[in-house]
Amino acid sequence: MAPLLELKNYSTHYVSARGTRVVKAVDTVSLVLNSGETLGIVGESGSGKTTLALSILRLLPMAARKTDGEILFEGEDLLKKSTEEMRQIRGKRIAMILQDPMASLNPLFTIGDQVSEPLRVHEGTPRRTAWQKATALLKAVRITAPETRVREYPHQMSGGMRQRIVGAMGIACEPRLLIADEPTTSLDLTIQAQYLALLRDLQREHGLALIFITHNLGIVAKMCDRVAVMYAGRLVEFGPVRKIFDQPRHPYTRALLQSIPRFADSRNRLTAIGGQPPDLSAPPLGCAFHPRCPDAIDRCRGEAPPETGTTNGHTVRCWVAGS
Amino acid sequence: MKKFILQRLTYSLISLFLLSLTIFLFVRLTGDPTVLLVEPGASKEDMAMIREQLGLDRSLAVQYASFVKDIVRGDFGKSFYYRTPVLELYLSRLPSSLFLAAAAMVFSLVIGIPSGIIAAVKVGKFWDNFGKVFALLGLSMPQFWVGLLLILFFSVYLGWLPSSGSGTIWHVIMPAFALGWFFAAAHMRITRSSMLEVLGSEYVKLARLKGLPEKRVIVKHALKNALIPVLTLAGINLVLMVNVAVVVETVFAWPGIGRLLYEGIAFRDFPVVQTTVLLSGSMIVVVNLVVDVLYAVIDPRIRLGA
Amino acid sequence: MASRAATLTFEWTMSTLRMKGFPWFPVVILGTLALAAIFADVLAPHSPEVGQLGQRFKPPAWQQGGASQFLLGTDHLGRDVLSRLIFGARVSMVVGLLAVFVAGTIGTFLGILSGYMGKWTDQLIMRVTDTWLAIPALTFAIFLAAILGPSEMNIVIILSAVYWTRYARVIRGEVLSLREREFVRLAIVAGCSKWTIMKRHILPNVLNTAIVIASLQLGVVIVAEAALSFLGVGVPPPKPAWGLMLADGKKGLMAGYWWLTVTPGMCIMLMVLSANLLGDWLRVKLDPQLRQL
Repeated sequence: MAPLLELKNYSTHYVSARGTRVVKAVDTVSLVLNSGETLGIVGESGSGKTTLALSILRLLPMAARKTDGEILFEGEDLLKKSTEEMRQIRGKRIAMILQDPMASLNPLFTIGDQVSEPLRVHEGTPRRTAWQKATALLKAVRITAPETRVREYPHQMSGGMRQRIVGAMGIACEPRLLIADEPTTSLDLTIQAQYLALLRDLQREHGLALIFITHNLGIVAKMCDRVAVMYAGRLVEFGPVRKIFDQPRHPYTRALLQSIPRFADSRNRLTAIGGQPPDLSAPPLGCAFHPRCPDAIDRCRGEAPPETGTTNGHTVRCWVAGS
Repeated sequence: MKKFILQRLTYSLISLFLLSLTIFLFVRLTGDPTVLLVEPGASKEDMAMIREQLGLDRSLAVQYASFVKDIVRGDFGKSFYYRTPVLELYLSRLPSSLFLAAAAMVFSLVIGIPSGIIAAVKVGKFWDNFGKVFALLGLSMPQFWVGLLLILFFSVYLGWLPSSGSGTIWHVIMPAFALGWFFAAAHMRITRSSMLEVLGSEYVKLARLKGLPEKRVIVKHALKNALIPVLTLAGINLVLMVNVAVVVETVFAWPGIGRLLYEGIAFRDFPVVQTTVLLSGSMIVVVNLVVDVLYAVIDPRIRLGA
Repeated sequence: MASRAATLTFEWTMSTLRMKGFPWFPVVILGTLALAAIFADVLAPHSPEVGQLGQRFKPPAWQQGGASQFLLGTDHLGRDVLSRLIFGARVSMVVGLLAVFVAGTIGTFLGILSGYMGKWTDQLIMRVTDTWLAIPALTFAIFLAAILGPSEMNIVIILSAVYWTRYARVIRGEVLSLREREFVRLAIVAGCSKWTIMKRHILPNVLNTAIVIASLQLGVVIVAEAALSFLGVGVPPPKPAWGLMLADGKKGLMAGYWWLTVTPGMCIMLMVLSANLLGDWLRVKLDPQLRQL
């Protein structure tokens, strides 16, 4: 069976106005995701996770940019779609949930209006039916008294409710793929657990594929089938979640796993690794991780390692681990 | 919030006090205010009588007290030229000024908001820069010159619009444009910056992620939010327009407050000049207070006394 | 607040048009106008105040009925427009520069005093500043003009009295932060008197700011002078001020004598535009950190 989503050597480079500086926000990334599966993308802030997600939806900031490679969704290259075709895919076949539920709802419109909007735009559902569906969706994300909530405004909701509303918006058109960008960072622990359970239920019911962008390896262990570890715009390790948690091969992945706090606290970000993430406009020569790598050899300083595959779709970019 | 409102209220009261004091003192600064407060060509006896009435032999404090007492009672003196109470005169001109200001506001918003939106959507591109150059030229052109050029073009050469006066809808077009012109630049700028802020917001990003057509994203999700600060500024500017229209009203012989002020100087009708200044200043002090208080009510950071 | 909005608009406009190198355009324009003002007696082909009644309303030389001796035509009293424009540059320059200088001096002095002394001095000065800023500038100027009567000297006094407030506001803000700086504290420890500190240590540090505001205010003041003259409370006739020329030009407006309206307005606009451009260049040159004047 062909995968639902496949990235082949995909890159996003930002070029400064004079063309003198190039920021490789995403660099030659390859990965696959099957229908109904969950992929976790982990990495430090600024490692290119969000850029990668927005690249899939082709909603990158308007700054001068250059993209390369292929993004195959259901076998079709998204990079070759017209603007209009792409718009019809967004929210309908691929949906995305943003980091901050507080800021992602428009303060001036009712919940019902905003939840029913994808239905009205993509499926031309008449207003009344769309509102009924919106109420049903709110119920599906376990919001109590959806009939009254649907007429209320965002400022009347709690943080957890807003996050679930944003989730309802994401699944409104029953997409094939839902991308969630740090969906739980702003929630407290109980609500976080509830929300994750909800997402898993929705996934089972609708058979959708999920991409989880997160700092939190605990969530990855609980939710994901595959993991992609990003560092400085590159995928340093990619593979099944079991393999990576049991036998991490890249030194960066190992460091990440060691830095998991004993108590699953989402707020404890990945800061336990010594050194600073590299400046993407002037990355170090060779492997971008070598200045912080405990196992670095001479070769790492001069030459960037290629992606080397092992068994079961487990790949790694490392001179030491890959050989 | 109570503390904030009380503080702003105190400031405004101090401002009103300083305003009346400024006017009171300036009138007496030149020596003999009777020259100003007596009709041109009055006899020596008349002068002496006015002097007595004003109590110029009494201390300044006493004089100021009676000056304020008259104002509070609504007695701003009598116009020399029209021979009616100045306040009546002022109030009779106010509707005209408000009408002109409203029309000018429509012009400034009709020019300012769309150009601000275009500038924001096409930020850094041709139309954005074009708007900027246009605004700079606009700000460098004196209002009354814009008015005269309009008359030259639309009344004299084309003969489309009446050059002065009031009465029909055609009369208001040019003065409204001349007055609104200057404010259009300000409204364009704030629309642009407010729009840019909203376009960078998460909810606009989410609207795009939902796959909404760009037009719907901008018109429905962005514009409505972006217009809030624009309309606030417009509210303040409406009051300002009533009070800064003197040259435009003079050019077009528009019978508003500005024209009244002009007549005040042209006919040496000092009570009229004094009252106009006093009321203009007071109006703006009050509007600033109202806006600050409204913001305090809306903005939780001020409301909670941060 | 409108003036603030306008200032901000102006600044934002500038950000695109900012000249990379030397600001040739405004310097050439202002230089030409300054030369015209200084050598008006030599340059003007005719008397600016005395006309030939036989030559009234002559159009510019290139138009039908124009005469080559009156390059830009004549006005309702048969006076040469070009000569009046040249002498008008002198009026605008002198009034503009003097008013900006006097207002700047008053405003800088009060701003330093307010910022450095604090307490009730600060309160008093700032409340007066706020109040005066609330009165529409032109209305205030007209009120003062009605008291003082029209003369060139009075215009300078009036404009200075109206326009010092912006200097006071901005400079007070600067002084508030300067006051906390090391060199001021050292001076206090060394036993310098308040006046010495304000004069020796504070003043030199706010001078750049004052110069920048002054250059940006020049355009505002020139327009205000023109407006007052236009309304008949500025420069008294028959002096050739541009605002006055526009008021006179209105007499021929309905007859289509465009040159009487277009040329003086053009001069005002060029001068204001140049002053604004130059002011912004100075702003960037003198203090890159300077924001929101």
